Amino acid sequence: MQMQYKKCFVTVGTTRFDLLCEFIQSSPVLLVLRKMGCENITVQIGNSDVEPGDFEKDGIKLHLYRFKNSLKADMSNADLIISHAGAGSCLEALDLNKPLLVVVNEELMNNHQLELADQLHVDKHLYYCTCDTLASTLETVDFSWLSPMSKPNPYAFVQYIDSVFKVKDNS
Amino acid sequence: MGVILYLAMSIIAAFITRVFFLFHKILRSDCQLISPNSYLRTIYCIGSGGHTTELLRLMSHLDSKKFQPRLFILAKNDISSEVKIQEAVDGSDDYTLYRIPRSRNVKQSYISSVFTTIYATLSTIPILYKFKPDVIFCNGPGTCIPVCLVSFLMRCFFILDCRIVFIESFCRVQTLSLSGIILQYFADIFIIQWPQLRHVCFRAKYFGRLT
Repeated sequence: MQMQYKKCFVTVGTTRFDLLCEFIQSSPVLLVLRKMGCENITVQIGNSDVEPGDFEKDGIKLHLYRFKNSLKADMSNADLIISHAGAGSCLEALDLNKPLLVVVNEELMNNHQLELADQLHVDKHLYYCTCDTLASTLETVDFSWLSPMSKPNPYAFVQYIDSVFKVKDNS
Repeated sequence: MGVILYLAMSIIAAFITRVFFLFHKILRSDCQLISPNSYLRTIYCIGSGGHTTELLRLMSHLDSKKFQPRLFILAKNDISSEVKIQEAVDGSDDYTLYRIPRSRNVKQSYISSVFTTIYATLSTIPILYKFKPDVIFCNGPGTCIPVCLVSFLMRCFFILDCRIVFIESFCRVQTLSLSGIILQYFADIFIIQWPQLRHVCFRAKYFGRLT
């Protein structure tokens, strides 16, 4: 059965990513998303050089806004998340077990965040591409191939710290 | 004259011995600490953005009765971290904030950052001397290098007896951050969140993904 991705959420994080905001509204990308069953796209544009607002294009409703205190509601609502390579956004999406496509900003070269995106792709948690390959990547990749990421676990670390740093017990 | 020279030489020799002794201890990860009190005076070096979030999440798992009083050291122009700290301490007011100048701003050249680092380093001396931490938690970037270097020097002079815990960010998979490269020689406990980094830093400890 073909998966349906009715609601799509796009985030660029706290800075700006002009090219992604431009490409996500371009017909080639919208047509591929339409084929995947997309009806609504919500875009968090940050300080990118596009205007926030609502409109409809190529049969898809788009809603663009700059910032919200928490993206959690928008992320939980989405069937597919397209994100910049920021670790915070990627991990938030993966912790919600959402299909994730990371779009790498080529203007930020030697950005070490690519290191994380690449490793998470090798571990089958996400796909990544650039703006130029966004449409073709969406067309070819199979999100059902991805597997959920295991939850973080600080307890072994905390136990170790407690065993090394001791206090006089005067209880 | 000869006596003064002899004295100076022996003080320098003693200091060098002390530095080597501490490095030996640190590189062997011999970092046991048993406080005579029922608490450990703790400093959290707040970095910025995602680093702040990671460190505060880790803090929430540590016993706040044991790791107290708490001092947060953050960069002067870092406003968003202060909000996050207030959320993380959750209404309690048994903590202190202290601001120091940034050692390196984003996109600043490495040469000019030498001078700003020296300035930032000097400004940490009074607060470290006054607070006398037992444990310092840091995960870079920004404030942690000056704080850790000064506390190491104070440890060399027997002014402090503190331990440094450095946690490398989950973002670093193959390479260490600049803070990590420097602090792998000064941190008593060096934590990584990807096993591959053991090839880069042999004494790093790996407990999986922490936050």
